[in-house]
Amino acid sequence: MSTTKLDGAQALIKTLNDLGIEYIFGYSGGAALPIFDALETVSGNIKFILSRHEQGACHMADGYARATGKPAVVLVTSGPGAGNTITGIMTAQMDSIPMIIITGQQVTWMLGKDAFQEADTFGITMPVVKHNFLVRETNSLPRIAKEAYHIATTGRPGPVLIDVPKDISQSEFTGDLDPDIDLPGYHPETAFEINAEAVTRAAEIISYAKKPVILGGHGVMIARADAELMELATTLNCPVTTTLLGKGIFPETHKFSLGMLGMHGTAYANKAIVECDLIINVGSRFDDRIIGQADKFGALAKIIHIDIDPSEMNKMIHPDVEIVGDAKAALRALNKQIKPLETSSWLATLEGYKKKFPLAYRKQGGLRMQQVLDELYQLTGGKAVVATDVGQHQMWAAQFYKVNASYNWLSSGGAGTMGFGFPAAIGAQFARPDDTVVAVVGDGGYQMTLCELATAALHKLPVKILVLNNHYLGMVRQWQEMFFDNRESGVNLEGNPDFVKLAEAYGIVGFNIKRPADVGKVLQKALDYNDGPCVINAECIKTENVFPMIPAGAALEDMLVEPPKHKMAKPIGST
Amino acid sequence: MTSDSSFAPLPDIVGGHTLSMFVNNEPGVLMRICQVFARRAYNLDSVVVSRGRDPQFSRLTLGISGDPAGLEQIIKQCNKLIDVIHCFEHDESESVTRELALVKILINPGDQGEVLQILEHFGAKTVDLGTASVIAMIHGDSNKVDAAIHLLSKFDIVETVRTGKVVMARGEATT
Repeated sequence: MSTTKLDGAQALIKTLNDLGIEYIFGYSGGAALPIFDALETVSGNIKFILSRHEQGACHMADGYARATGKPAVVLVTSGPGAGNTITGIMTAQMDSIPMIIITGQQVTWMLGKDAFQEADTFGITMPVVKHNFLVRETNSLPRIAKEAYHIATTGRPGPVLIDVPKDISQSEFTGDLDPDIDLPGYHPETAFEINAEAVTRAAEIISYAKKPVILGGHGVMIARADAELMELATTLNCPVTTTLLGKGIFPETHKFSLGMLGMHGTAYANKAIVECDLIINVGSRFDDRIIGQADKFGALAKIIHIDIDPSEMNKMIHPDVEIVGDAKAALRALNKQIKPLETSSWLATLEGYKKKFPLAYRKQGGLRMQQVLDELYQLTGGKAVVATDVGQHQMWAAQFYKVNASYNWLSSGGAGTMGFGFPAAIGAQFARPDDTVVAVVGDGGYQMTLCELATAALHKLPVKILVLNNHYLGMVRQWQEMFFDNRESGVNLEGNPDFVKLAEAYGIVGFNIKRPADVGKVLQKALDYNDGPCVINAECIKTENVFPMIPAGAALEDMLVEPPKHKMAKPIGST
Repeated sequence: MTSDSSFAPLPDIVGGHTLSMFVNNEPGVLMRICQVFARRAYNLDSVVVSRGRDPQFSRLTLGISGDPAGLEQIIKQCNKLIDVIHCFEHDESESVTRELALVKILINPGDQGEVLQILEHFGAKTVDLGTASVIAMIHGDSNKVDAAIHLLSKFDIVETVRTGKVVMARGEATT
């Protein structure tokens, strides 16, 4: 119990501080006034960062979490403030990112009466959160904040929202500042109880394999099971492919690495899935971007699926063995029971595919995004934290920027949220001020959240903003070229501003790359610049397409490694 | 005036799936559960919610028709909700289900005897009896309620209100 009188908002901020929250990203407003005031009156270690839009605040908190594994808090006001967070919350939910969102709300007696800036935030956000709360008692604020933190960070992580009416936050607090949490329906501790029988069956299936593949996902990173995954791969002499979100869980420069699989994954990763006799999926949810046509995925293979979320079992793919639980606990149990496999001819086959179908690009005929990303990778030694936006540049970045450690690759996978990359990079740079952070963005997504240039400039964040500019929504244009007789519709970004001059308006230094020969020189200059943010605008070929490509819903064996010579049927898959 | 007598008894309750849930008694819980079903285009045939013996919790029985293959996912998704303590599907042979229906019938004076005879056969009660109408209360498993309403439908049924089924696991098993 406290000796000085607190209000609800102060109790809330004090609890967040005690939980170890380091950053709150947000945007103020009327219904959140008491909470913003508490930021000034409660002493602690929390730093508040004012974004220029609520979506940006969410992506910053998201980037912070993806770069550290720890949650940050988003604080916004009611109505439009809360509404603007939806895309950011959904992005976090789709990719299992821990986040705590606090929204101001109208006073309780005005709820449901269409009061000023009132929205049913509790109802609107319900489908895009792991859990949410509408606070009805001032004294419950510390308990709810602790529960939100617990839910957001354990089990399969996700965003948790707390909607706080203004009368609740400004009323006097008379409760317990460190209450016990009370969640009778939530038992993340069961994830560490691994079914021994399933592990034994998995080990037996593994022992028969001649052509195994490990498919690693984000779950490995969340469980911090990188070392256990390495032990599994090296004991079994087994190649490893990862999902987009799994980049970094296994060094992509390792001889066993096949890079990313799926729609725009490497040809050798996809060929490995087609030809293998065993898939060990650790912490991936068999997303539609990686499996293509579900009934043909790994058709020759036994499948072992390790996932912390029971509802992912049998959702897309029916595995031969299900191991429900934390990836680290599951791999520790499994690693005790496995023996080395003889895979030399399988590895030789895949080595052949790597030589036959390498990731490649031409340096003639204009500047390609692939070259910029390849040279960025070389110049940074693969050690930068890379936050991407969504589209062609994202897939090329996944192909050419090899990642060797967890928490260094930040990309919106499930939601595919344009506008994510730049604010996520800001969040990552706050989290890791001494690391090189590069936002790799297209000219489309960048313009959705570039108001955050003010945030980056104000805090002199040394984030590098690499705009791969083709004056197009390139991925959509690619689909129109391939599947819609090249009828361009709604993809031409004519009217783009001069991104270097725009940066200068914020007091930010800008660089241009116009010729293939200038890439290394300009990138090096930008990497060496450390007096705040800088923008690198790379003017790229307008109509380059991403390959390999598996049309949505097609089987992995129908992968296109180069542009098709005939007209393509429209894909049967989703998007 | 529209009358219920023009509709056949609801066939999709019969043979459907029955889920029972034990949940936190909090505002919004039903909405969370309904979203799981609505997102996958499952229809809820019946929903019965009541406060548990401990008022911190509520009991839900859901009657569902839909693809059994998808149901496994839905049960897991429901169990994943923070506010859901548990969610089970109950097999008919291992559980007891009961439903209660109120049926309002307009009757001609000459038909009263036959109506009352049918009600007696089903162990139904007459809860309101007037000169021109009767309200019958029928209870039992859903098949029995369907059968009674079917037999009564030769008379002028103007309204039926059904509670939806409630379920309890047999023996010592948990509902």
